[in-house]
Amino acid sequence: MDRRDSLKLIATGAIAAPAILAGCKPDEKKAKEETKETKFALDRNKDEQKHEESLLKDKYFTDHEMATITVLADIIIPKDEVSGSASEAKVPDFIEFIVKDMPEHQLPMRGGLRWLDIESLKRFERSFVDISAQQQLQIVDDIAYPEIKWKENGKEVKKGNVKPEMKPGVAFFNLMRNLTASGFYTSEIGVKDIGYAGNQSSNKWNGVPDDVLKQYGLAYDEKELKECVKF
Amino acid sequence: MGDFQIRKQPKKYDAIIVGSGAGGGMAAYILANAGLKICLIEAGPMYDPQKNITQLKNPWDSPRRGAGTKFRPFGDFDACYGGWKLDGEPYTQAEGSNWMWWRARMLGGRTNHWGRISLRFGPKDFKRRSIDGLGDDWPISYDDIKPYYDRVDKMIGVFGTNEGLENDPDGYFLPPPKPRLHELIIKKGATQAGVKVIPGRLSILTAKPENPTTERGTCQYCGQCNRNCSYYKADFSSPNVLIYPAMKTGNIDPFPDCMVREVLTNKEGEATGVSYVNKDDLQEYQVEGRVVILAASACESARLLLNSKSQRHPNGLANASNVVGKYLHDSTGADMGGVLPQLFDRKRYNEDGVGGLHVYSPWWLDNKKLDFPRGYHIEYWGGMDQPSYGFGLGIEGQNGRFSVKGKEKQPGGYGKSLKEDYRYFYGAGVGMAGRGETVAREDNFCEIDPVVVDKYGIPVLRFNTKYSDYEFKQAKHMKETFREIMHNMGAIITWGDDDSEKNNWGLSRPGQIIHEAGTVRMGDDPKKSALNKWSQAHDCKNVFCVDGGQFVSQADKNITWTILALSMRASEYIVDQLKKNNL
Repeated sequence: MDRRDSLKLIATGAIAAPAILAGCKPDEKKAKEETKETKFALDRNKDEQKHEESLLKDKYFTDHEMATITVLADIIIPKDEVSGSASEAKVPDFIEFIVKDMPEHQLPMRGGLRWLDIESLKRFERSFVDISAQQQLQIVDDIAYPEIKWKENGKEVKKGNVKPEMKPGVAFFNLMRNLTASGFYTSEIGVKDIGYAGNQSSNKWNGVPDDVLKQYGLAYDEKELKECVKF
Repeated sequence: MGDFQIRKQPKKYDAIIVGSGAGGGMAAYILANAGLKICLIEAGPMYDPQKNITQLKNPWDSPRRGAGTKFRPFGDFDACYGGWKLDGEPYTQAEGSNWMWWRARMLGGRTNHWGRISLRFGPKDFKRRSIDGLGDDWPISYDDIKPYYDRVDKMIGVFGTNEGLENDPDGYFLPPPKPRLHELIIKKGATQAGVKVIPGRLSILTAKPENPTTERGTCQYCGQCNRNCSYYKADFSSPNVLIYPAMKTGNIDPFPDCMVREVLTNKEGEATGVSYVNKDDLQEYQVEGRVVILAASACESARLLLNSKSQRHPNGLANASNVVGKYLHDSTGADMGGVLPQLFDRKRYNEDGVGGLHVYSPWWLDNKKLDFPRGYHIEYWGGMDQPSYGFGLGIEGQNGRFSVKGKEKQPGGYGKSLKEDYRYFYGAGVGMAGRGETVAREDNFCEIDPVVVDKYGIPVLRFNTKYSDYEFKQAKHMKETFREIMHNMGAIITWGDDDSEKNNWGLSRPGQIIHEAGTVRMGDDPKKSALNKWSQAHDCKNVFCVDGGQFVSQADKNITWTILALSMRASEYIVDQLKKNNL
């Protein structure tokens, strides 16, 4: 039983004595835990708290790796006229956390970062963070456009052309792009940028706005207008 | 282990309820309000939606931005603790079986995050054997359960519309929300394909219900029912709507974090109580009650009965018929998704709506004219959701395939051009999911693994389930229907369209849809069923099962509303029988 809840319930009389006998008797050590304020912004059960605290203790990426991640994230999501950059939205910190939370990303990220440095070393005799912005983009242009395929009317269509020796870099950049997008568009800056207008308290859903209905040539029928909740 | 002993609870209860989800919550509510003293045992921790809050959080309030973990596989904001795998609580599979078992572990169980789709079974759903010769008829009819459905509607609340459909009965509905933009487009496309689309039926309060269990607000249209409605108690969860209101009677003692080991019986074979292990202190306890009510979920209740062996019940409790664990079945599922190009670059507005679909399609065909025996309903999704982990994943499949503002681009990319693409494609996704009826079969079952125990020493379940041609053909039909609807909508399918017999037409794994039922089924014949029509064990009159276990068949409907109605019915029977001293 969650200790905090248990004490509150006992205090309000919601739990009778037998529940305490059932093994829920708060001892001194547990009472101490009681007073510790949670540092999590959302509900965490006991097991989650333990897990979360252990994740936050560790550091995965080296300073050099973090510097490279920051440069790449800002190449992927730079500041523009609508919103700020990936690093302004703290995307590198998110990536540091997420590889600890999802260890399957660790090897592709570490290996990919190393691949990038070796490629940079071969071409420009310096690691990726130490070459010029223009040189960085030279490498990025070779790995930023994966090959894709899909089916159209039963036929397979292909697009893109990757040099075979660039394929490991493309795989890495795909991951880096995905993690950067995830981190950015779930940040305060990114949510505003994408224009998500929900998550509001006391909201009333009154249907699709009239101008939007008009734009798509749609309308609510009589039955809907009669039956549905309106405000 | 020098001091290993079994501690007996001094208080004797009128009823012991094992499990606190829909079935256990309803039983606790009815019995506590009838003045009975209840011991409510839950294998997970206490949870109070009023204090344990994830609702109205922003994506950045989660360090993993809402991604799932082993503690919350459905995402970091999801209100259900539990998972497909629980540390120290394994289950096993017979060869060739690939059952997936979801176990919630918390007060209220899965009702804290469920989809709130609240469908009554129809008259035909209780008499399937009479219609197609497969499975069995229920020992009750729609008329038997209708008064309880009516009362659940008024007590808990459900929105929807009376459509006068033969097998999707009318009810006491609150007004439904208007369809969202993609739902209007779906409605057009599906209707064109001959598929009926009607307002959804979800237990979310768009207005006050007639006879509420407690003070509740109305929906604030944040689209987050899976986080549980901490703010307004506007959706149904067992803690908000049944358990905490029932605790106000003072008649309920919750026993959280307690795992029941077995149901105890006396020399006469009657239940006397249960034994359990407390997960906090790992001590062994026993508690006595006049009645034992199982509501631990279909599979956990079956496991508990099978593990409750005694001289009088050598085959496990309620199992003289040898059917406990058998007839295990889940809803079928198959999905398809894509994009609506007409929604690219769409105008932004708040379209959260309720936490789920505003429209759906009940089963619209006659199986006599089809090559599979049971139907399915269709659930729809799409729109401008709150971004979370995975946002923008695989953008190369979109910006490489569709031109952006009239400009053809190379797949993937970076920079300002890429930011433009994320904005352009946001909110254009759309998809649908079929949820169908499986034929309940004796040879799909769970049983006690003869070797493996969990960390408390309790023998675990071994699953043995397989789908048959009935389900494969149904999934194939789903896919054909979805393809036609998507085509009519002008949607481009991006996944779920490359299925064949090789992957069973994309059919979900058994158990995956989390509607499992049938393992402790009811029936008139004690040789072929575990329970009678009052959810009462044939061979042990003071043991009841009020969860999905008691189902004979589960219809092409989600099962929660029927669990609530049956649990209410069984609970009132228990009150009556206790009064008459029959238990």
